[in-house]
Amino acid sequence: MPIKKLLITSCLIVGMAVPGLAQITVSGTVTDATDGQTLPGVNVVVKGNPTMGTATNRNGFYSISVPSAEDTLIFSFVGYLSREVPIQGRANIDVSLSRNVQQLEDVVVIGYGTQEIEDNTGAVTAVSAADFNEGAITSVGELFRGKAAGIIVTSNSGAPGSGATIRIRGGSSLSASNAPLYVVDGVPLSGGTIDGMRNPLNTINPSDIASISILKDASATAIYGSRASNGVIIITTKEGSAGQPFSITYTGKASYQTVVNHLDVLSANELRTVIENKFGENGAQYLGNASTDWQDRIYQNAFSQDHNISASGSIDKLKLPYRVSFGFAGNSGILRTSQMNRLTGSIALNPTFFNDQLKVDINLRGMQVKNQFANKGAIGSAVRFDPTQPVMVDTTGAPFGGYYTWVNASGQRIPIAPANPVALLEQTDDQSTVYRSIGNVKFDYAMPFVPNLSATLNLGYDYSKVGNGLYLVPESAAFADNGSTATGTRREYDQTKENELLDFYLNYSKELSSIESTLDFTGGYSWEHHYSRGSAYATNFDRADTTVVYQDTDYETEYYLVSFFGRVNYAFKDKYLLTATLRQDGTSRFSPESRWGLFPSAAFAWKIHQEPFMQGIEGLTQLKLRLGYGVTGQQRIGQGDYPYLGLYTYSEPTAQYQFGDEFVTTLRPEGYNANLKWEETTTYNIGLDYGILNDRIYGSIDAYYRETTDLLNVIPVPAGTNFTNRVLSNVGTLEVKGLEFNIVGRLISSKNTYWEVGLNASHNVNKITKLTTVTDPDYVGVETGGIAGGTGNSIQIHSVGYPRNSFYVYEQVYDANGNPIEGLYVDRNDDGIINESDKYRYKDPAADLTLGISSRFEYRNWDASFSGRAKIGNYVYNNVASDNAYFGDLLYSQFTRNALTSITETSFYNAQYHSDYYIENASFFRMDNITVGYTFNNLLEGTRSLRVSATVQNVFVITEYSGLDPEVFGGIDNNIYPRPRTFVLGLSLNL
Amino acid sequence: MFTNKNRILSIALIAVVAAFITSCVQSLNTEPLDDDVLTSASVYETPEDYRQVLAKLYAGFAATGQRGPAGDADIQGIDEGFSSYIRQYFTAQVIPTDEAVIAWSDPGLPAFNTQSWGAANDFVMGMYSRIYYEIALTNEFIRNAKGKDSEVIQGYLAEARFLRALSYWHALDLYGGGIPFVTEEDGVGAYLPEPADAATIFSFIESELKAIESQLPAPQQNEYGRADRAAAWTLLAKLYLNAEVYLGEDGAHYTEAITYAKKVIDQGGYTLESNYADLFLADNHTANGIIFPITFDGVHTKTYGGTNFIIHAAIGGSMDATNFGVDGGWAGLRVTPEFVAKFDLANDSRAMFYTNGQTLEIDDIKEFTNGYAVTKWKNITSTGEPGKVPAFADTDFPMFRLADVYLMYAEAILQGGQGGSKAEALQLVNDIRERAYGGASGNITMAELTLEFIMDERARELYWEGHRRTDLIRFGKFIDDYKWAWKGGTQEGSATHKRYKLYPIPASEINSNPNLTQNPGY
Repeated sequence: MPIKKLLITSCLIVGMAVPGLAQITVSGTVTDATDGQTLPGVNVVVKGNPTMGTATNRNGFYSISVPSAEDTLIFSFVGYLSREVPIQGRANIDVSLSRNVQQLEDVVVIGYGTQEIEDNTGAVTAVSAADFNEGAITSVGELFRGKAAGIIVTSNSGAPGSGATIRIRGGSSLSASNAPLYVVDGVPLSGGTIDGMRNPLNTINPSDIASISILKDASATAIYGSRASNGVIIITTKEGSAGQPFSITYTGKASYQTVVNHLDVLSANELRTVIENKFGENGAQYLGNASTDWQDRIYQNAFSQDHNISASGSIDKLKLPYRVSFGFAGNSGILRTSQMNRLTGSIALNPTFFNDQLKVDINLRGMQVKNQFANKGAIGSAVRFDPTQPVMVDTTGAPFGGYYTWVNASGQRIPIAPANPVALLEQTDDQSTVYRSIGNVKFDYAMPFVPNLSATLNLGYDYSKVGNGLYLVPESAAFADNGSTATGTRREYDQTKENELLDFYLNYSKELSSIESTLDFTGGYSWEHHYSRGSAYATNFDRADTTVVYQDTDYETEYYLVSFFGRVNYAFKDKYLLTATLRQDGTSRFSPESRWGLFPSAAFAWKIHQEPFMQGIEGLTQLKLRLGYGVTGQQRIGQGDYPYLGLYTYSEPTAQYQFGDEFVTTLRPEGYNANLKWEETTTYNIGLDYGILNDRIYGSIDAYYRETTDLLNVIPVPAGTNFTNRVLSNVGTLEVKGLEFNIVGRLISSKNTYWEVGLNASHNVNKITKLTTVTDPDYVGVETGGIAGGTGNSIQIHSVGYPRNSFYVYEQVYDANGNPIEGLYVDRNDDGIINESDKYRYKDPAADLTLGISSRFEYRNWDASFSGRAKIGNYVYNNVASDNAYFGDLLYSQFTRNALTSITETSFYNAQYHSDYYIENASFFRMDNITVGYTFNNLLEGTRSLRVSATVQNVFVITEYSGLDPEVFGGIDNNIYPRPRTFVLGLSLNL
Repeated sequence: MFTNKNRILSIALIAVVAAFITSCVQSLNTEPLDDDVLTSASVYETPEDYRQVLAKLYAGFAATGQRGPAGDADIQGIDEGFSSYIRQYFTAQVIPTDEAVIAWSDPGLPAFNTQSWGAANDFVMGMYSRIYYEIALTNEFIRNAKGKDSEVIQGYLAEARFLRALSYWHALDLYGGGIPFVTEEDGVGAYLPEPADAATIFSFIESELKAIESQLPAPQQNEYGRADRAAAWTLLAKLYLNAEVYLGEDGAHYTEAITYAKKVIDQGGYTLESNYADLFLADNHTANGIIFPITFDGVHTKTYGGTNFIIHAAIGGSMDATNFGVDGGWAGLRVTPEFVAKFDLANDSRAMFYTNGQTLEIDDIKEFTNGYAVTKWKNITSTGEPGKVPAFADTDFPMFRLADVYLMYAEAILQGGQGGSKAEALQLVNDIRERAYGGASGNITMAELTLEFIMDERARELYWEGHRRTDLIRFGKFIDDYKWAWKGGTQEGSATHKRYKLYPIPASEINSNPNLTQNPGY
């Protein structure tokens, strides 16, 4: 922990300073050059006399006695460039320190330890709090969106508190999870979702995060073995430090979310015209007289707030640095009735014992989230529902709660008719309260009897519980729910997850000056237990008279992971660096024969700039070549915790079988693959870190090749040999190649003005090279990517020789005017008939090129920044258009439906789901964030600083895509919760 | 810096951790915690355990998974609602015939209107997968039940063997010889089953049914929903009646067909349900003459397949779903004009067509109002009450019923089978006719009792019950000699290639089991 060591050391120095010898006193305030915040704890020493010094107090104020007015003061602070200021006889010297943007991350957190970034050999991106995106952010991923090459963060929807899907270098799996592993203060979070919560990562309040390390290549991640194939995101939370004066920070944000735009649907009059023209009275008889903009009725502009307060300091008598924080976020969604309220709290204690030989880090964080989920069916329904109909029926005592509802001649709801969107929102009550706590206690013990040997024990836990998951739909609902009408639904569910961790490792480091080498060895053991259970019980709404059980399930499951790991860092002449890691993982998820896996890695780095022949080059601060190789695994295969065992499962009360007068609960043997094991990914990485013009310009370039073998693929089993027709097997191979480029330029760095621009670009392509055990040229692949419309339709395919999730479609034929001709496709195999064999693989959802740009400009107390992203060459299947723009869909027996205005462009009568017409280029540039801030120093007595800021999030999008939003994870656009444009006012106060 | 306290602390720490490591490697041997999940080792202990597995063997024909109506599917690669055994069976046996067209364009489905499916067809795969899923389940049960002392378990075992024979008969009928042959002797897991020819499958079904005949309860003596001796006899009769199709010209077994049909007629104790319509209603478990049903229930056996599919899919146009006891129509199934023409519409009560707003001719398959709709299947009880819930039907599917046995008997007699009489055949056929006409007005004479008549009478009596394709093939009318709307892809109907008499082995199966050979012509 060099940061802490440094702090401790410096504080010790401060403590030893001997005042009283001084002849004159100099005082002043130290502030951050960037935002003008006062800086507490800055070391102030007299040059040439390091024992003579002090530190700034909580107001950033210092006062130091110096021997001579000709002396020079050195101001130093972790993460800032040190400044030497000649006193020149002054009694008052105010100093501003500039952040050392690169040095800020001079230490990078890696698996089971930290490392000087300049000694790092892997592809690691570190993002510290200072670089986080600003604004109303509830999810960790958005903090670094667009800031790091090779990392794609896609917010899942505009719902309050919804998560973001993060893909590091595109992921390496097909059917298993592609999500990275998250490690919070050394505790790996279990993957998977938490019931009743939009995003498991919500647990961590972004304002408690000190830094995030993103481990990209296998030489960095392999120490996490069987879970590392998709990269690792290490989150380190804030803590107090020794000697730090007491300080309180409050940050508050008020945000206003606005609906950016609606889908273009036919208006009431337009629909009337179309229906009358196409169907005459046959259709017109169903039209109403209202003019309802359904999208307008389900969306709203919403207000949200976010407050965080933290206090940190150090009880020096007890050698107890501490930090406590408390946060509240209240978010309303732009889809009416969606709401999330979150309370978070954290405590960090970092005491030391036995003359600092034993260092203890205690982190505890807790969270309570209250969710109110909107029925998202309203989004699609608002597109389809006939705008000539009113929201409510005027008559008193009307059925269905008064909501306009399509009914048949007997007054019964027509189940295949669209449901009233407003009723979907108002008549669904879907809520949950989720509690989660993550904590760890870490003991770092410097072994007294062996110099340079330390032992670390980390005990961690991650518990979550869904308090009261409740889902209610009344009997009067204007829509079908649970396949039932007129009985409604009452569903209660709960879920508990309990994960425990024990890590124990030894670290030995030794400087072997005789051979100009340093050696650092880490070896250890890790044990994890992941347990979860849950239950759900659903019945008709009113249980008073009769109870009809729709669902009555409970489950309980667990798995263990036991690992041994080791790492050796060897540096020769501080120029040649070698890292090797080895991890052996055992998981209870696989059979004893295949449960252990060995994951090695090796990396070499050459600090070329240290070579004598480079010394003459002016301004060259860094030129480091990195070579890495590693094997990682993937055990999050989505097949439960016992995929290799032959299991039997009971049926629910809705899937029993009648024997006589009794309905018997059935027992089903489950299909299984006893030979299942993890996927293995081999990665090769070559990288170059550079810094020129005295670090005015710096960055890195990486190229990688990754091959996943034993890829899990669900393949057909020979009939009759298993209790299923398809089973997950290790059969495929996937290749991923990529290039990443990152550059940061400090264009201006003067006394009052600072301007930094960062740019990153990444290129990533993937190709499936094997999918079956026996190579079969006739095997088309695995169809995937289910779409809305019809039943069982899918639009994508995994095929050998193509990128995963390639679109699998017919080639549309166009007329002379460029309009698509309904039902006419190219006979690609020239056999005279158009059938399945004429489908082809056309484009895929992955972007060829991903770009991120960010800028930060500061002038005196003003700061302004923006960040934006572009994706180029990503394609999206516009399912909203394919499913809502054909004339045959407008009139059903006894009801009418609405369509997109694009219906007049295609003039399709029947749905053409598999036409490549709907595969659209969804390249875009999105301005994610623009912020302007102003910092007041010493505005009020007792305050250090006050910063006010204004942010606009999701400022604009430039795209040719015809749908609502081109950014669609997975490439199938089907009525996602629209992302709002958010205006945020922020206030940050330091006391 | 070196103190005893430090040393003790260090040693204690290491000792604790070392002990922990050793014990924790053992923790990798986990057993499922969930008391709803059992391992194969612990599931077969009491007769009650066997009974619950047996219930799954039956439910394999009705439910589509362990959560009704959907959410925990038995088989994959096809929508769960589609994957229902009865829905697949209906699709394979009814839609490619004159009995039905279906409006929907779900992947693979339209090919069934026109007899134009290929090996990659989703429904070809779905039926095949469902059949072999059932065979794998029954094999597992038989493997575990074999040799157990309990008489109760031996009874269950006989039923499991019946269900396996039933599925093998479906496999033989739909996919022909050359299908994989697996029994309880084969294990679970990575191996490639060998195919067996039609004769082997035929004699396996035959010998199994004969072996369990005495072990099954006497007719109507088992619990409702479970197979008894009469179910085995009916299946034997069906196997024998179609033997020429399965085994070739020398394979006729009409005498045996008569033997087993007669057993049902003479020893079954069944009577024809007096009201034909009651056989297809929500309370048809109380109807007479159902020998072997697949049971459904709107609350306990929920599915988007089975009779729930048949009822919903048949409702559209101006039909009022309330009259069918359901919550709405899916606007899919209608009949061809050629099929309507077989009925004396004015007098035959089995002509249950809905014509209001429907055209007789089918100009556009996708248009529900083209072609008469059918009102035979309902989720309404015989007293006119709606079923338990409007979204899911209570109506059971009569897999085997008495009228079918009567007609099989008559047909086997006409085919020259021995052991019965033509007079009895005429009597049985006229029993069916009298029920249909509500009196003797529809009775036929001995001279009118021809194979041609039987073929049409089977259509009139048994339509939409999953018999038509087998019947048309047996009578040589499936691919040529008889045309109906949209057969072969033309509205007037056209002959199709003889390969369509069998379904192809699914392409996915050919890929995964190199021992298999594709059916001729595919």
